[in-house]
Amino acid sequence: MSDNGSVRSLLLFAAAFLASSVEMVEALTIVLAVGVTRGWRSVLIGVAAATVALAAVIAVAGPALGHLPIDALRLGIGGLLLVFGLQWLRKAILRAGGLKALHDEQAIFTTELTQARDAPTIEKAGVDWYSFTVAFKGVFLEGLEVAFIVVTIGSSQHNVPLAALGAVSALIVVGIAGFKVHAPLSRVPENTMKFAVGVMLTSFGIFWCGEGAGVAWPGADLALLPLLAAMLGLSLGLVAHLGRRVPHAVGSA
Amino acid sequence: MRHVVGFARFWYDFVVGDDWTIAVVVILAVVLTDLLVRAGYNAWYFLPVAIGAALTLSVLRAEEGRPPPPASRESQP
Repeated sequence: MSDNGSVRSLLLFAAAFLASSVEMVEALTIVLAVGVTRGWRSVLIGVAAATVALAAVIAVAGPALGHLPIDALRLGIGGLLLVFGLQWLRKAILRAGGLKALHDEQAIFTTELTQARDAPTIEKAGVDWYSFTVAFKGVFLEGLEVAFIVVTIGSSQHNVPLAALGAVSALIVVGIAGFKVHAPLSRVPENTMKFAVGVMLTSFGIFWCGEGAGVAWPGADLALLPLLAAMLGLSLGLVAHLGRRVPHAVGSA
Repeated sequence: MRHVVGFARFWYDFVVGDDWTIAVVVILAVVLTDLLVRAGYNAWYFLPVAIGAALTLSVLRAEEGRPPPPASRESQP
């Protein structure tokens, strides 16, 4: 693999890993809260059902996208990724700049815990439907977000397996961490990770949209690096600007 | 029907988020880049500048008169 290809692959893996980690931390918080409060059996059945449903979605969407012409794919999927990455980055900038509350896994865990304790128990076929539904919904929706990221950034580079490897690595790391601490991963620097992923997805999106439109980037694949640097510089500049204007600014990305 | 609307809402919130103008600028910028390339200009600089401007304007708009909210549950990134 050329140096250009290696840079691209490394960035692809990093983006998939970080983005998937963030979503999986959120799913883990929900699963832990319900499991700790109401028992694990129904929760684990819900997690398993959501995993099967997600696998079906990926099995249909992944190969279907693989049959599209690469330029059309990069233009369409790159545009989608660009919109998604930009709104993610915007939100991370507003949070780092103090204009938006930080995502608080501990507070979410406490809320889920209270709701799980208060909810009535309705058992059907030996399954507690509250636990099943909350676990299924949490894992399926967060998992759909992971699937979206993996399928879009993977297919834009015709390398879904590498993006999937990033997601699976994230699943293993978050799973082990959650199993060890048996509590929400509230110390994960979630906003910093979202900031980094936002910068990556936006830069990837610009690059792929440009390629899809037929642009010849100066330096070919290596153009990704100055694009990343420019987006990072602009984003940090915006955070610094908000930090000066907003007294409650968090001060870091 | 309620589930279909909820599912569509989920995707809209997930992909487009709080500021739909960003999505509009992205579509316009991509279409214009495509047109410039078809017209014979290698307009590689157009997309980064347009996207940078869209992000800056969106953040500055959000800054206008919005106090920091209290910590709250959010389902979206």
